[in-house]
Amino acid sequence: MTRRFGAAVALDALSLEVGAGEFVALLGGSGSGKSTLLRLVAGFDRPDAGRILLEGKDITALPPQARDVAMMFQSYALFPHMDVAANIAYGLRRAGMGGRDIAARVAELVGLLRLEGLERRRPSQLSGGQQQRVALARALARRPALVLLDEPLAALDAGLRERTGLELRALQRRTGASFVMVTHDQAEALALADRVALLDTGRIAQFDTPRALYERPATRAVARFLGAANILEADGPVPLDAATPAPAYALRPERIALRPTVPTRNGTEAMVEEVAFRGADTLVLARAPGGLSLRVVLVAGQATPEPGQRVALAWEASALAPLSA
Amino acid sequence: MKRAALCLGLFFLWAPIALMVAYAFSDGRTPYIWGGLSLRWFRALAGNERLLEAAWLSLRIAAAAATLATLLGLVLGWVLARHGPFRGRPLFGALAGAPLVLPEVVMGLSFLMLIVGLQGLTGWPAQRGAMTVWLAHSALGMAFVAVLVQARLAALDPRLEEAAADLGAGPFTVFRTITLPLIMPSLLAGWGLAFTLSLDDVVLASFVSGPGATTLPVHLFSALRLGLTPEANALATLLLGAAGALLLVYALAARWRARVETPSSRE
Amino acid sequence: MTRAAGWLALGVLVAAPLLIVLGMGFGTATSGVPPVIPPWSASGWQGSLEAWGLVLSDPYYRDALWQSLRLAFITATLCLVLGFGMAMGIAAAPPARQFTWLALVLLPFWTGFLLRVSAWVGLLRDSGWVNTMLMKLGLIEAPLRLLHTEGAMILGMVHAYLPFAVLPLYASLARRDLTLEEAAADLGAGRWRVLFTITLPLAAPALAAAFLLVFIPAVGEVVIPELLGGPEALLVGRAIWQEFFQTLDWPAAAALATALLALLLLPVAAFQRLAAR
Repeated sequence: MTRRFGAAVALDALSLEVGAGEFVALLGGSGSGKSTLLRLVAGFDRPDAGRILLEGKDITALPPQARDVAMMFQSYALFPHMDVAANIAYGLRRAGMGGRDIAARVAELVGLLRLEGLERRRPSQLSGGQQQRVALARALARRPALVLLDEPLAALDAGLRERTGLELRALQRRTGASFVMVTHDQAEALALADRVALLDTGRIAQFDTPRALYERPATRAVARFLGAANILEADGPVPLDAATPAPAYALRPERIALRPTVPTRNGTEAMVEEVAFRGADTLVLARAPGGLSLRVVLVAGQATPEPGQRVALAWEASALAPLSA
Repeated sequence: MKRAALCLGLFFLWAPIALMVAYAFSDGRTPYIWGGLSLRWFRALAGNERLLEAAWLSLRIAAAAATLATLLGLVLGWVLARHGPFRGRPLFGALAGAPLVLPEVVMGLSFLMLIVGLQGLTGWPAQRGAMTVWLAHSALGMAFVAVLVQARLAALDPRLEEAAADLGAGPFTVFRTITLPLIMPSLLAGWGLAFTLSLDDVVLASFVSGPGATTLPVHLFSALRLGLTPEANALATLLLGAAGALLLVYALAARWRARVETPSSRE
Repeated sequence: MTRAAGWLALGVLVAAPLLIVLGMGFGTATSGVPPVIPPWSASGWQGSLEAWGLVLSDPYYRDALWQSLRLAFITATLCLVLGFGMAMGIAAAPPARQFTWLALVLLPFWTGFLLRVSAWVGLLRDSGWVNTMLMKLGLIEAPLRLLHTEGAMILGMVHAYLPFAVLPLYASLARRDLTLEEAAADLGAGRWRVLFTITLPLAAPALAAAFLLVFIPAVGEVVIPELLGGPEALLVGRAIWQEFFQTLDWPAAAALATALLALLLLPVAAFQRLAAR
């Protein structure tokens, strides 16, 4: 699919396939096109080129109300003039379901999302976590084939986010619906999704399982976005010895170790610049000759160097993940 | 110091009104000369058939004009808020806002000439009267309603309507179940404003009303030009009492709603 | 379709009347029903510049326009000063009280415009409350001439239009960021300097709106000059009224109304530019 806004290309010939019952995360920074993609699938926006298929049917031309897709908005978009039960029942009513069936389905969702006792409250009388669950219940009410979640956890307190995320995944497994979640938080994407699509300037940079994405980033951009990884150029100042030839390699900071001596390959001498104790581990920033800055993570219990100290760093050849571009 | 300006201003606003209310209960024949406590001017008011007739006509015109103004204002506010930068939008916006900035006398004159022109061309309306006052007051009121509706629509989260469509509601259902309930406060406020404007208007009505369709302000204006009677004080007292009672009911309702809707516990 | 309905409503109820007034300024007065020969007919253009010539050359009309602008300016300025002080006072009150104060400002509206003006007649006339009280106190021998003066008109107009000024000013002042004023005070500005360098400039759009909301209706005011002003107080609203109802010179009334609109267009356009900034 392609979507342009004026001269700016928001989505550039992007193609993505989500399996039935799969939980996919669209991960990317602002302007990466992830929200545009979500709005296209929901039907709020039309692609300039390309098609959208849902269970084999072309839904590109259908208006939002005719798509078997439900969206959970980042702001939740709960109807402020309706109570919790009416919010959840809204989609069921539009589907022409009978009053008794609606009540039963609403009760089921209220139980599923632990909203008991809140049915008569207005959205303004709910906490952030409760609002989030109402929004989810409303989206799930009609058992849509595909549920779209726009930053579902972003509006929650940090403390609530982890627990709610795990609940979200459990719920997805129970309902069997496909979930597509947009997020800018890589930890969230890696923790919740079956597969993660990393978007960069309107294209998919990599679409893979969280583990593969983390351990074998495909490009410099992916490695840089996932953060924390050191990027070593093949023709850089540090001599490398990798199994696969590539223009550059990603090296996770926890795969670097302190050694008594510098090996001839896959290692370098460096000057420690900063040391930050982080509880479970210690982060060391070190500068190698040639100006290369390296992030090293030492698990707790290891000896920690002092800033200003000269150290020898080394890593296994298998730790170097080849980057294609 | 800040409080001083407020108190001075309120004193200035209320002093003449307080005197009006006080002397409404005076038995004297001359307004503002105390003649002992009495309700005779309220009784005189109740027996003044021409005034009561004019008041009843004014109320009916005001209700009808407020209703038409609300419908038309909703259309104008909707177009201004939702139709984007269409061709002719600057003109549309200027015309929609014009009644807000037109002096009453200009509006009255122009409306009258419209009616006379229409009469000449089509023979309709056959004569000036309640109908023409109704149209003129609707034109005035719709501009105020349009401003309120436009502001309310602009402040509305567009995601609410998207969410409704996403949940299976067609455009008309979205409007009926989401948009309309959410802009209802502005429609009610607009109706009330249009009603008040119509009920209080002298100039526009003087131009466009005809014989047999004397609204309350038109009647009062001609009576006042002949001379002041204490009946005016009694009438002002009644109006003020009615407005004060409405305001009190509104304030109490708002307080009651705030109490009922305050959550007893939060997660 | 909605837009078509909007155009229709605006066309019939706003544009058509204004265009007709514009055209009627070129008509010819006559003694008939209606007392005017329109500037156009089936046989083509038959208009005249007579009415415009009259309105532009006769000092009577020029004076009426000028006096109206002057009085409206004084009224709007007084309303702005007093209204700003009141709005500041309301905005400084505890939030729960602000509604009550605002209600007290708005409630006089509902006593009816005419009746409020009539109160001033009763207070200011020779046998009115003020003169009676002053004489009772022995401060004056004979009643002062208070009614039918320019002062009475200004008093009446400020009284009638003050709430128009308070509302937009309050709306703007209640939402202002108080930390800006605290920052200015912290940087050494005194109370008045804070007012003139921070509060007033930031409230400029609301000040302009408040000024216009008073100025525009005041320019065309008919009732207050009629009841509170003297017979010599010939303001433009009253002049239009008289040309229309008494002299039956509709073209002159239309030309005068057009001239008034043209004069008002200037400040309104200036305001829109300010608001758009």
